[in-house]
Amino acid sequence: MKQKFKNMSDTNLLLFITIVTFVLMYVLAVCCLGGGFTKPQSFFDLLNENAALIILACGLSLVMITGSIDISVGGIIALVSMSGAVYLEKANGNVFVSLLIALGIGLVFGAFQGYLIAYLEIQPFIVTLAGMFLARGLTTIINRDSFNIENNEAFKAVKNLRIEIPGLGTTNRHGIYNPAYITIGVVVALLIVLILFCVLRWTRLGRSFYAVGGNNQSALMLGINVKKSKFLAHLLCGLLGGIGGFVFLLNLGSGAVSNGGGFEMLAIASAIIGGTMLTGGVGNIVGSLLGVLSLRTIQNIVRSIGLDEAWWTEITVGAMLCIFLVIQSIVMARKEKKAK
Amino acid sequence: MKSGVKFTNIFKKQIFIPLAAIILLALINLIVDPSFFKIKLSDNMDGFKVLSGHLITILDSGSELAILAIGMTLVTAASGGQDISVGATMAIAGSVVVRMIGLTYGAEDNNIMEYAMPLIIAFLIAVVVSMLFGAFNGALVSFFKIQPMVATLILFTAGRSIARWINLGKNVVVSNPSFKYAGVFLPGVPVATPIIITIVCIIIIMLVLKFTNLGLYTQTVGINERSARLNGLNPKMIKMLAFIILGICVAVAAMIQVSRYQTINYSSFGKDIEMDAILAVALGGNALSGGKFSMMSSILGAYAYQFLTTTLLTFNAPPDALPAYKAGVVILLVVFSAPTVRDKISKLFKQLKNNKKSGEAKEVA
Repeated sequence: MKQKFKNMSDTNLLLFITIVTFVLMYVLAVCCLGGGFTKPQSFFDLLNENAALIILACGLSLVMITGSIDISVGGIIALVSMSGAVYLEKANGNVFVSLLIALGIGLVFGAFQGYLIAYLEIQPFIVTLAGMFLARGLTTIINRDSFNIENNEAFKAVKNLRIEIPGLGTTNRHGIYNPAYITIGVVVALLIVLILFCVLRWTRLGRSFYAVGGNNQSALMLGINVKKSKFLAHLLCGLLGGIGGFVFLLNLGSGAVSNGGGFEMLAIASAIIGGTMLTGGVGNIVGSLLGVLSLRTIQNIVRSIGLDEAWWTEITVGAMLCIFLVIQSIVMARKEKKAK
Repeated sequence: MKSGVKFTNIFKKQIFIPLAAIILLALINLIVDPSFFKIKLSDNMDGFKVLSGHLITILDSGSELAILAIGMTLVTAASGGQDISVGATMAIAGSVVVRMIGLTYGAEDNNIMEYAMPLIIAFLIAVVVSMLFGAFNGALVSFFKIQPMVATLILFTAGRSIARWINLGKNVVVSNPSFKYAGVFLPGVPVATPIIITIVCIIIIMLVLKFTNLGLYTQTVGINERSARLNGLNPKMIKMLAFIILGICVAVAAMIQVSRYQTINYSSFGKDIEMDAILAVALGGNALSGGKFSMMSSILGAYAYQFLTTTLLTFNAPPDALPAYKAGVVILLVVFSAPTVRDKISKLFKQLKNNKKSGEAKEVA
């Protein structure tokens, strides 16, 4: 067993740590705090509220596995949700077309940034920073006021679509049965997690991402098209940003300039907690999903033990990030020593 | 021929990029509205004569950015990464200053102890606090080998909350009348104080770089950490030092900013200034992957960036749409200063020259 632990690859080891922490945290919350944590629906609500963030974290871990970074996703969310909301509410548009708009915006941003980063070799931080500014600025140019989508019946139907999960509902005090449910956004998010998991594990493209992030030079020697892989990672991240924006819009149902504020950093933090390293070559999609859930669970825990001033949740996220980074760095240092 | 060589030399120098940006912006302003460059001496609210004009505005409001760019350049050079927590740390430092100076809350509760410290001591405490936060970042980067952007992500997420926590989330108003000296004007001095502070900072850093080995050591560590260690340097301490110096810069910038507004708004204080500072370093032509740096270029980059902002504002661009325009300019600049693009352009020029030559040869034949 110990030997097996030692021989674990970095990706699996970090994923293992993430899984253990999440399970421990949730079990502790259920045992010690009880209350809302024992209801299955509270777990599903965790998914319902964070579907967009999960999608973004997936996109970011793709990019981070190739050793790059994308901080424009929060801005893309704002732009997508605002343009979608304007189209749906003011032009009374079609839901399907608004999805296409969202995908289009994501793809354009992804392709543009990917081209600059992969083929012109400009630092990803600067390019995506500019992308963030561009997206946020364009959002205010499209519309400055926040508003809800109220008159589009088709959109509301999709927004209120609930997928009930049999057997996990609860009966409340008045004897009314509340079924457990997830929203359509969660289905999309989980599908994306599944697809990307398969892509990263079993396809040539996925392996080339790891190779490029692990060592640029040796990937080149192996005959991998490094530039194309990087470009595709950014393209996918942009696309996922578009999808995430649409899911965000489905969840919130309103367009606002401040939508998705700080999401880029939350997504990066989730990916890191999920065991993806910014240096590249190490990471896992399932970890990112768990990263988002861990982040939100600890926020809920902090709130439920009575530290409900607004600043405590952010301080806990920072502290958690700090702990995870230190754990990662210690694990890596040990591995390096053993390798020597 | 000789002049051609000289010209290419200027073109290749690092300082060319921010300088070209400033000259270009100045030209645009000159064409659109020559009165942009007018500087007048007029009475201010307190009744003494002060300089005013767009150029002074650029120098004045670019102060924080220029000061932060100094520290950011060192951090970038030494660690090969950027500190994205400066805005949040600024909020912390500003919060500390406000807390220390003594403050008046709304009438509803007064349960926080008030320290009526003199300005200078409050400032020094803020310096120490932000040096400690700098050391925290530095320790994560150098001892735990975490990439700077990730390590500083911690304070980026938690910093504003810590700042709010220091004053227990209260809205504070500073009652000390001398408080605004640092951010606005000293009585009787026609130049805005931030400009003076910035000049002092620039002189100090220039002297330090000239008379100590700080610059050499940071560059050595940034270029190759292992060989720096083999040459007897301690890369960890040098990285720490860079982050601590950035901490001092952050405290100075926070002091200016908090004194400018005389109050602190935790969510908007120094917002996005980390991004601006990083862009200033990049505009200065410094490699964001570390190694060689030019301090003067970074500072000029900061002013170029501020020049752009002020220009856009005088063109009546809506303030909240500014990021979009800035992004456009930044993308253009970065694309044209990218090595691969430059190579392509110079290749294109060579091809053109060769074509001309071969054309001439044909004519001769």
